Amino acid sequence: MSGCGDAIARDLAQQVARRSYGKLVAFLAVRTGDVSAAEDALSEAFAAALADWPRNGCPENPEAWLMTVARRKFLDSVRSHAREFPADEVAETTAAIEAGFDAEAIPDRRLGLMFACAHPAIDAAVRAPLMLQAILGLDAARIASAFLVSPATMSQRLVRAKNKIRQAGIPLAIPERSELPPRLDTILSAIYAAFAEGWIDAAGTDVARRDLAEEAIYLGRLVTELLPNEPEGLGLLALMLHAEARRRARRTTDGEYVPLARQDPSSWDADMIAEAESLLHRAGTMNGLGRYQLEAAIQSAHAVRARTGKSDWSAIVQLYDALLALSGSPVAAVNRALAVAELYGPHQALEELNRIAGDPRLVEYQPYWAARADLLARTHAREEALHAYSIAIGLERDPSVRRFLEQRRKLVDE
Amino acid sequence: MQYLLTLYAEEAGFQRMTREQQQQGMAAYMAYTEALKQAGAYVGSNRLQPIATATTVRTADGKTQVLDGPYADSKEQLGGYFLIDVPDLDAALSWAARCPGSQHGIIEVRPIWKM
Repeated sequence: MSGCGDAIARDLAQQVARRSYGKLVAFLAVRTGDVSAAEDALSEAFAAALADWPRNGCPENPEAWLMTVARRKFLDSVRSHAREFPADEVAETTAAIEAGFDAEAIPDRRLGLMFACAHPAIDAAVRAPLMLQAILGLDAARIASAFLVSPATMSQRLVRAKNKIRQAGIPLAIPERSELPPRLDTILSAIYAAFAEGWIDAAGTDVARRDLAEEAIYLGRLVTELLPNEPEGLGLLALMLHAEARRRARRTTDGEYVPLARQDPSSWDADMIAEAESLLHRAGTMNGLGRYQLEAAIQSAHAVRARTGKSDWSAIVQLYDALLALSGSPVAAVNRALAVAELYGPHQALEELNRIAGDPRLVEYQPYWAARADLLARTHAREEALHAYSIAIGLERDPSVRRFLEQRRKLVDE
Repeated sequence: MQYLLTLYAEEAGFQRMTREQQQQGMAAYMAYTEALKQAGAYVGSNRLQPIATATTVRTADGKTQVLDGPYADSKEQLGGYFLIDVPDLDAALSWAARCPGSQHGIIEVRPIWKM
């Protein structure tokens, strides 16, 4: 057989990695709970593929090829460490891996793996990184930069979390029906955390971050495919699509920041909005309203501007009321105040903002200070507005948003 | 825990800016300092004079040698620092990312050696 060329082999391996990485890890790890060993075996299999395919031709079913090799490497590693474990445990593990193996029909255990990654026993801060690594195969250095953590620390946290899964016996399984909603919530919030990290870089200049938003949407889709009747899963996907639809509109062609109110709705992605609307509608026919559906509905009320020329502010305030009642989150309160300003003016909005001003979670929350600065400027409280703008500028890490705020601050200063 | 954020940048970059750009740059640092203070993380900070003003001193075999110029001749020069007090490295990194210096140079984040 003739080879398929280095470049083609690499492309094919990358495609399979993207599509099948999590599926292969989940299948290997499901019986042993050893995610690290599964990943190691798989990366050896990928290396073998890059050496073998250019020489012997690309296989017809690359996923099956990789799985066969990865499984063999996995068994090798279990056997080579056999002395460190009780004999019956080794026998049990190897038997488990060998049982019922059909490389052509690999069952999809990714959902179980996701539930393990987002298990309540795993540190909440590492759930999203763990999912990005175990399901999508992102490397620790890339995840570290996106989450603003040092690469060494991120690697350590990931290793520790995987050890915990194995040692504590966290099952790679879908929980019982009665436990499902709260457990699904941890998966959804990890996906949303990944999306939010990717969302920060609106200009899309930071490839690692932009990709992260796409990866999060990919994970969100996966959840809705594997659990099509969970309304909150649909709600989260709708929310992410609504936000992603506005990505281009958030910057001018020269990279300057454009706030939502000044975005041109015709530059929003109509297909994504349509998909988000239909997901939200589907979620609404099921029983179980939650935060993601509410947040998606808020974005939907903004999106009506594309049709009517005006956001539905009274719907937005009501939806934030519901969200606040549900979550008590100060972030929702900040956004609610801005919607109140649209309906009843900046004075009333400021009163609402003052009520939450003592919340320690807001001290370093840039949007709170930006909202406060804007409202103060509109009520002509010059000194206070200047101070709030300074804090907002100092907390911002995106230079284009910082420039935008500096311009606003200047208008007050003059 | 205290961390020192040392700011490295190409010194000539600042001199090449227009006066207005320089003022904007200074305003960004002032806003950053204010945000650090508001969050209770600020301990101290200083900006250094250009490297042309630097002098190095070293004593070897009882002889003291004094040389003109900075210690390391690199593309980026040490231009200033922020000393901050935050709970952990993650918090220090998030402040480093917000520092205007991270856009036009490099910020080294190191924990202070507690005596």
